[in-house]
Amino acid sequence: MNSKLTYEKFLPLENFGHSLRTPAYLFRPRDAEDILTAFKLARENGLTVTARGAGRSYNDAAINGGGIVLDLQQMNRILAWDPTCGLITVEPGVTICQLWQTTLPDGWWPPVVSGTMTTTLGGCLGANIHGKNNFRMGTIGEHVTEFTALLPSGAEVTCSPKKNGDLFRAMIGGFGMLGIFTSITLQMKRVYSGLLNVRAWGVPDLKTHLAEIEAAAPEHNYTVGWLDATASGRSLGRGQLHTADYLAEGEDPAAAQTLRVEYQTLPDKFFGVVPKSLLPLLMKPFMNNLGVWGVNTAKYLLGARQKTYRQSHAAFHFLLDYIPHWEIAYGRGGLIQYQSFLPKETALEAWTEMLTLSQKRGIPSYLGVTKRHRPDNFLLSHAVDGFSLALDFKVTDSNRTRLARMLSEFDEIVLQAGGRFYFAKNSETSAETARRFLGEETLNRFRALKKRCDPHFVLESDLYRRIFGEQQ
Amino acid sequence: MRTEQPALPLPATPLHPRKRAIIVGASSGIGAALARRLAAEGWTLALLARRFDRLTALAEEINTAAGEIRAVPYMHDVTDTAAVPDLLKQILADLGGLDLFIYNSGIALPTGFRHYDFEKDLEMTKVNYIGALAWLDPVASLFQSLGSGHIVGISSVAGDRGRVKNPAYNASKAALTCYLEALRNRLTRRGVHVLTVKPGYVATEMTQKQKGLFLVASPEKVAADICRAIRRRKQTLYTPWFWEWIMLIVRHIPSFIFRRLNF
Repeated sequence: MNSKLTYEKFLPLENFGHSLRTPAYLFRPRDAEDILTAFKLARENGLTVTARGAGRSYNDAAINGGGIVLDLQQMNRILAWDPTCGLITVEPGVTICQLWQTTLPDGWWPPVVSGTMTTTLGGCLGANIHGKNNFRMGTIGEHVTEFTALLPSGAEVTCSPKKNGDLFRAMIGGFGMLGIFTSITLQMKRVYSGLLNVRAWGVPDLKTHLAEIEAAAPEHNYTVGWLDATASGRSLGRGQLHTADYLAEGEDPAAAQTLRVEYQTLPDKFFGVVPKSLLPLLMKPFMNNLGVWGVNTAKYLLGARQKTYRQSHAAFHFLLDYIPHWEIAYGRGGLIQYQSFLPKETALEAWTEMLTLSQKRGIPSYLGVTKRHRPDNFLLSHAVDGFSLALDFKVTDSNRTRLARMLSEFDEIVLQAGGRFYFAKNSETSAETARRFLGEETLNRFRALKKRCDPHFVLESDLYRRIFGEQQ
Repeated sequence: MRTEQPALPLPATPLHPRKRAIIVGASSGIGAALARRLAAEGWTLALLARRFDRLTALAEEINTAAGEIRAVPYMHDVTDTAAVPDLLKQILADLGGLDLFIYNSGIALPTGFRHYDFEKDLEMTKVNYIGALAWLDPVASLFQSLGSGHIVGISSVAGDRGRVKNPAYNASKAALTCYLEALRNRLTRRGVHVLTVKPGYVATEMTQKQKGLFLVASPEKVAADICRAIRRRKQTLYTPWFWEWIMLIVRHIPSFIFRRLNF
């Protein structure tokens, strides 16, 4: 790694939704030595350091305006893989894609995956991601048996649920603000087929939507809902649910075939003729309130009847990879995602209020996704015993102020309903909101660990300054 | 990693984006007027000048009006060119980036019609030109890398001709104008906009003691013109507008007449 701080390295970096563009000195370390060099450079120049994986956060988690950003994607070696027990040790830049492609032929699938396979393990751990099986498998952190991380002092720490347990539970979900992962050991999940049994059916309103997710979750390995946020009145919260289940041993006679990487491909054409690279352009004319209403209504009506089918793991999980660069369909201002986590008792009322409000304001979400969750014991946790609703909003010059005002009203509704937020998604959560849902005690524990691991505040991101900046 | 923490603006978010600007020479005159105007337009500013108390007062005024931190003061003497690289780095980190750089520092030290004073000439050259180079070189390199940005140099109509009254002032502004033109030729293809501003007489501290001035404009008017020219990505701005026509004539006065004039 060229270790000079020059303006040639000062490059604009974006969030996943292309709605934020902030410059930083970009370095691409290849090993721990390079990370140490970057720490030294930061100290010499009075700058801060942020770790970045694939840049798939919807907010400022991997952004550090005017500081140093370490793009860890070149640290992407698989250090050890044991197909007998399913333990894999990887560098932080290894992607979910690399991970499953390595392990699936041996009959193992990652225990938790994101909606895109381009994310890196370092990023997944920093955010402590959840998948469509959160209610059953928890977050990715619950399947990490051990990791090593570099602290700004140059010390390397090894953490597991037993060893350095407090750091283990704080660095996972700690957004790289305590240290930078250098190796991660993950317990993979045994699978006996490259296919999943999928069931899809429509739900006519929010009440049914949530009731059926709750009923379906204990019965299935995966449950996820699509919510049409443009539907109003009696149809408010209508959508389509999907459940998926692993096949039992021997259930797939062609398991040897379906477990192969080549079998797990996503379609390259839509409707048999449209190349998928063209889709963002074709989607663009529909990315307005009326267009999305039309598309969603058609999608809902077509998907209302129950269907069961078998689908490959990759095809079921990585919806966001179906259309490469789908984000550009949102236009110049990009998009943001607002995800709220609510206890199952209050979710219906709060989301009814939020969805109604967004329609009244004329800023409906263009995509809504619902999931079922369970609590976990990580320090900065977004999890609740309840549901999450992720809403994508198009950002334009003319709606920015109105959208910001509406989201702060959303924050209030969620806080009142005992809800929580997720630091990989929401970009506008204020320090005050974070204090209210995490609690002063949790924040103080995080601050104490920060002081222990990074007393000089070398590790900072825009996200960190947004949430902790005013309280140092 | 900062030891002393001035009040800094919050980081930008998708719904609260920030446009960031540095104004060198912001404590009075055109610089202060630009600061007030840009802050009102929503820009986040680093204000630089020697007179720190005035700068702090200005920053406070702006931040109070905005209801948030929108201006951060930095003490800086443009003749201290060695301080520039570290200060620029610090400002970039404090503001979280840079979209607009304005070099406004300038002094005019009249020498008198028949007198020559190297000390004064050197001082003017240092403030008006060398200081500009010290900032514009790294800023140009920065914007070139980003593929975007606005560079604004406050030159002067005085740079259009060498006149009898203050040769070194004319020369320093001519040098700045020429350097900015070269930057424009280098950087337009990299997505960077370079604006050369040539104000006529402006009612600032610089002109307070000068006599025989005409068509004096207010700094606010000049600042408004500059902000419009930035938005329109203009290359050269004469402000107020009529100086463009006056200077068109002045530039074309033949030497055999010009050297007989006392103007």
